[in-house]
Formats: sequence, C-alpha cells, structure tokens
Amino acid sequence: MNQQKIDQYGDELYQAFLDRKTITPFTEREPDITLEDAYKIQLRFIQRRVDAGERIVGKKIGVTSKPVQDFLGVFQPDFGQLTSSMVYQEGDVIDLGGLIQPKAEAELAFVLKEDLQGPGVTAMDVIRATEYVAPCFEIVDSRIRDWKILIQDTVADNASCGVYVIGSCKADPRDVDITMAGMVLEKNGELFSTGVGAAVQGSPANAVAWLANTLGELGIPFKAGEVILSGSQSNLVPVVDGDELVCTVGGIGSCSVRFAGRSAV
Amino acid sequence: MSVTLSREDIVRLCERVEGAQTRAYAIPKLTNEYPGMTIEDGYAVQSELRRRFIEQGHTLVGWKAGLTSKAKMEQMGVNVPSIGFLTDKMARPENSVISTSDLVHPRVECEVAFVTNKDLAGPGVTAADVIAATDYVLPAIEIIDSRFSGFKFDLESVIADNGSSARYVGGGRARHTKDIDLRTLGVVMEKNGEVIGMGASAAVLGNPAEAVAMLVNILHDLGETLPAGSFVMSGGITEAVAVQPGDHVIARYQDLGSVSIRFGE
Repeated sequence: MNQQKIDQYGDELYQAFLDRKTITPFTEREPDITLEDAYKIQLRFIQRRVDAGERIVGKKIGVTSKPVQDFLGVFQPDFGQLTSSMVYQEGDVIDLGGLIQPKAEAELAFVLKEDLQGPGVTAMDVIRATEYVAPCFEIVDSRIRDWKILIQDTVADNASCGVYVIGSCKADPRDVDITMAGMVLEKNGELFSTGVGAAVQGSPANAVAWLANTLGELGIPFKAGEVILSGSQSNLVPVVDGDELVCTVGGIGSCSVRFAGRSAV
Repeated sequence: MSVTLSREDIVRLCERVEGAQTRAYAIPKLTNEYPGMTIEDGYAVQSELRRRFIEQGHTLVGWKAGLTSKAKMEQMGVNVPSIGFLTDKMARPENSVISTSDLVHPRVECEVAFVTNKDLAGPGVTAADVIAATDYVLPAIEIIDSRFSGFKFDLESVIADNGSSARYVGGGRARHTKDIDLRTLGVVMEKNGEVIGMGASAAVLGNPAEAVAMLVNILHDLGETLPAGSFVMSGGITEAVAVQPGDHVIARYQDLGSVSIRFGE
C-alpha cells in the first residue's frame, strides 16, 4: 500500500473518531491489505491525535486469548497506543457519549520502571522492569462498522482501543502469582464471568515480552513509566448508562467503574 | 413436591443405578419409565444407594455439590445445587493412574474441597458458618461419570445416580481459609499439556463456601447433618472435560498448588 493511501485511511479513522461515526472495514475495500499496512495506518491515526495535543502514555495488547485468536485466525497478539485523552481515574464516571460502540474488558495493567528494549526480551525481563501491576478496565471501541473486523481492520483502528481506567490498588509482580491470579468480574452486583492470568498468552508477562520484542523490531520506543494493558481476561461486557463493573484480581484487589450516557451506536 | 415413588420402585431404581455404577454400563434415564419422578424421589433413590454401599462396608467420607454455576442451574431450571455422597471407595491418590475400564463416560472438573472440624447442621447455614467450621481447604479434581446413555438425563435421574459421582482426588497444598481469598482463586486445567479450562473460584455460586452452605441445608432436608471431619467438594470451577486412557490431567490453583492424575485402561 502506498503512503498516500495509508495517510488517507489513517485520516479517515481520525475523522471517524472525532465524529463518532463508523467506517467500512478496510479489508472489504483493500482485499490485499497486510498487517504491516495496518500498523502504518495506525501510526498515521495516532500521529493525528498527537498532533492535536494528545500524548503517548502507553500501549495496549489485544488478541491475547485463544478464542479470540481462533476467531480472527491469527496466532499472535496485536497492539495499539494509549494516549493521555484515554485515561480515566478509578471513581470517575465514564461518559459513553464520547464513544461509538463500546464494550468493557477486565485486564491486568503493568507500569514499567525501566525501558524494555526488544528484541530478546523475556518474561523474566518484564518482571524485572515492572514497577507494579494493577487491575484495570479497558473500554474497547471500534471505528469499524458493526465491529466487522478482521485483524488488519482492528490493528489499523489502534487495536480497537477506546478508553481505560486503572485500579488504585497495586502489587509488585514478585509478591503475587500473576499467571495463576484469578479474575472475578461483576456487573451491577452480579457475577458476570471469571478468568485467570494464564488466559493471556499463558501469562500476562508473556504478552508484555511479545510487545517489547515487536516494538523493538518496529523501532517504537517502550519507556519506563509507560502503562501496558496486557490483554483481556474476561468476556467482552456490553455496557449502557448506569452500569457498574467491578473486577477483582486474586492477591491484588479490585477496580470499579461506572458508566453514564449513550454511545453513538 | 415430595416422594411419590413406592418403596418397591425406589429399591428397583436403586438396583438399576447400582448395577450401572458397579459394572460400568449406560442405562436410559430413569424418568423414561417414571415420568412423574420428583427431585425428592431422586434423593430417595440416592439415599437407598448410600445405605446399601455402607452396608457393604464402604465408609461415608463426605459430600459433593453439583450444578453450582448459574449457567448450569438455569439450564436445569433449578435454583439450588444438587448433592451426592462420597465414600472411601471413590478416593484416588494424587499422581496415580486412574482406571477407566470401570467407568462409563468419565469427565474431569477442578474444584475447591473443604475439610471440616466442626459439625454443621441446617437449616439456615451460611457461608460464614461454613468458614467457621472449616479445618482447611485443598485443591481437588472430581471425576464425574454419568451412567445415562448418550448424556441424556434430567435432574431427577442425575440425583438418583448420586450426582454423577465416581472418583475424586484431593491433593496440592492444604490452606487455612484465613490465609487465602476463597472467591478469587485462579484455576487452570490442562490435559496432555494443553489448557482445557480456566476460571476463578467465584464461578461456584460467587464463593465455594456458599455451595457448601447450600449443601448442608439440603442435607437437612434429607434428615442428615455434616459431621466434623467431613470432606466436601464444592462444585466445578471449570467445565467438565472428557478423558480417556493415556490422558494426563493437571489442575493448577492460585495459592493451593496443583493436583495431577493420569488415566489408564
């Protein structure tokens, strides 16, 4: 794909993001689009947001569970960039009015205290470089019509990232078994689903190591202080006005979030 | 509802179930012949089976709860779990080879097991009462085996078949309940090195102690109590998965270690 098309598609995503409208999947329009093309479109989309004043504050890892990988027919994760405008604090009410077709996922977030420069990064390096882990919610959102995504569509669309909130409790990954830590997700006071760290690439630390190595290959910096959403441990949760979600990670604690307003779709 | 079957019919059905269990063959579900059979009738058949096994020299070790997830209860149209009894003859040691030639269609589930040190008697027993009467909890694998042809069964038949109880294996690391969070224990079940089930202990009625409390209250309806020293399996955290000779199954638990078994002819 030539640079002109890449810019055009990145700009189209940026406009859809601003207007809260969906667009036709790229894979319908460009049957030969590659994953590499998709990441270039993502870079353009993010560059437009950075040009408008947002800062890169971290990364998200997606497509980390076997069911999602089987569904999309890909056998590795993907990633997107987190920006300063996506951040909510625990206790804030998330305004669905700013989103298009949101769904929530419960995850474990990592905050780095050292740069992680791939290639050659292993899960052991990830633990060494991690300041803390915390339960979090990622509110995924798709600028692609009806979530009709193939892997190239979601990668171009910044890995379907919407907004996120990180719980105020945290743990040192040396003090808790992040692979075996259970995850309990409740919606409006009722059990919604349960999961475990191992659902994410065998361990959330493996997903972060994959990210460090992939970013290293692409020459994208991965710095101390960045937040990494390591991948969903729950089913996707549809959310509407008034919903409250709580996720609790065994040995760490809980993150809760409330929603108000109406999304575009 | 109440017991509707005659003493003669109860004995007849008990002999049918006993034959299927001890000689490992499948039988049609009991409601084919007795469509009006109630849940109480099912328990009457199960109680007769228990009486016979004890008369034959088996020792009653404890009880198991089944149908402890919301999804399974809704599927069966009930709002309480089902229970079955456990004897010394059903116990198998950790890391042993479990014979399948004396089983019909064996399947495995990961559970949290409780060992009590105080008597518990319903009605009105709560999860807090269960915690107060618990000596320790430990990880366990239950091998369930429905004796009904083609997995065609209903609740009345399953209860008569002792809740599909067949074998159980306790192992791993015993823990005081005060040292762990019973709700958020992560669990991963692997068969032959591949993950086949994941979840957290809250999948069992929000807290496995809740399932034990309900079990004690059902025991009250059967005219029974749970004596100190009982072993109780609180219900599957993961979906039941079929096993065959040659399979190796390991259940890994947050904070409770693991339980490993193999299956042979």
